[in-house]
Amino acid sequence: MKALALLFRRELALAWSGGGGPLLALGFYAAITTLVPLAVGPAPQRLAAIAAGFAWIALALASLLSLERMFERDFEDGALDLLMLGPAPIEAIAAVKCLAHWAAAGAPLALAAPVAAIALGAPMSLAPLILLTAAIGGLAFAFVGGLGAALALGSRRGGLIIAVIVLPLIAPPVIFGGGALDAFAAGLAWRTGLLLLVAYTLGAVALAPFAMAAACRNAAS
Amino acid sequence: MIARLVVERLAVRRGERLLFKDLSLEMAAGEAVALTGANGAGKTSFLRAIAGFIAPEAGTIMFRGDHAALEPEDARRSDVHLIGHLDGLKGGRTARDELGFQVLWTGGDEAAVLAAAETLGLTRVLDLAVRQLSAGQRRRLALARLIASPRPLWLLDEPLAPLDAQHRALFGELMAAHLAGGGLVLAAVHDPLPIPARSLEIAA
Repeated sequence: MKALALLFRRELALAWSGGGGPLLALGFYAAITTLVPLAVGPAPQRLAAIAAGFAWIALALASLLSLERMFERDFEDGALDLLMLGPAPIEAIAAVKCLAHWAAAGAPLALAAPVAAIALGAPMSLAPLILLTAAIGGLAFAFVGGLGAALALGSRRGGLIIAVIVLPLIAPPVIFGGGALDAFAAGLAWRTGLLLLVAYTLGAVALAPFAMAAACRNAAS
Repeated sequence: MIARLVVERLAVRRGERLLFKDLSLEMAAGEAVALTGANGAGKTSFLRAIAGFIAPEAGTIMFRGDHAALEPEDARRSDVHLIGHLDGLKGGRTARDELGFQVLWTGGDEAAVLAAAETLGLTRVLDLAVRQLSAGQRRRLALARLIASPRPLWLLDEPLAPLDAQHRALFGELMAAHLAGGGLVLAAVHDPLPIPARSLEIAA
């Protein structure tokens, strides 16, 4: 447990250092949000209709940004060998990496999501649910994203491969999260969407570490 | 604690190529073995197979304690150091942060970090970013975890390559001290090790 806490601190420090991963993700998020009114037109009604859904798409895209560095960096410089000879099983190492990725990038993005949605004209009453779904969904993005990052280990143009692997896998949380928000805004039953989102996230958290561990072992061999 | 390493009739295949087969090795606490062989003969693969990264095609690798055989996975997690070609250091972090993490991760403590840095002459560079260090300093930084977190089996892949003569001699002394304390050293080398060692040649 102590070793995993140590690893978590290291991963956080790595995410913040050198180019500021979270700041980059937030900057990207702000930039892409600004593009929306430029692309679809400034009519407030039109923007308000897509605001919540758009906040989710941008979240999914921004989550992809720093995935490539998650395992690749340790693989390239040999630190993966060191991690694998440490006290924790590689499954736990992978899970800690995903959690740290969520804490460094996913959580700040979740905080930014309601701001972006409201800036585009979503009603204030939607903000708590946007924050909640973005935080939960972000965790799923981190674990599914980690899976893509581990599978792409050692390949050239890993970033592109990760996006192709990960985007289909994050379609369900986008559907559930966006659906819950839509239902809430329309005054319909929204809990089902939220629960499905939670279920998907739990599934990803439970299963992805095993797949990531297998991919890391494969890359190290 | 690993007191014996027993490798029996090991065969390792990389892709289509069978690197070696029927390679056996038995070493006990206090022994050093220099692994030799041409480039590409499979020295690195042999070390990585012992570290558990490569599944051998045939043969067995056993770690024995003083009395009984050890569970390989547990032994590797607590008793094995591997220094590969790559130092496993992040260029953007300080030497202190990197060495600290490596030592604590492999089971050493904070006090040992500073002592090891002192021993290897790294105290002055601890606050520099790793990318500002020379190749020799980086290697010494990687080697520092060997002495800072005590693990009996050292698997070393060309450990001396970037070191100058003075530090080769110093590392020789450290290896000798490790052996005297009941450690095992298995090192892939091209130049002779600066300590008395048996030689094991890998040939196809």
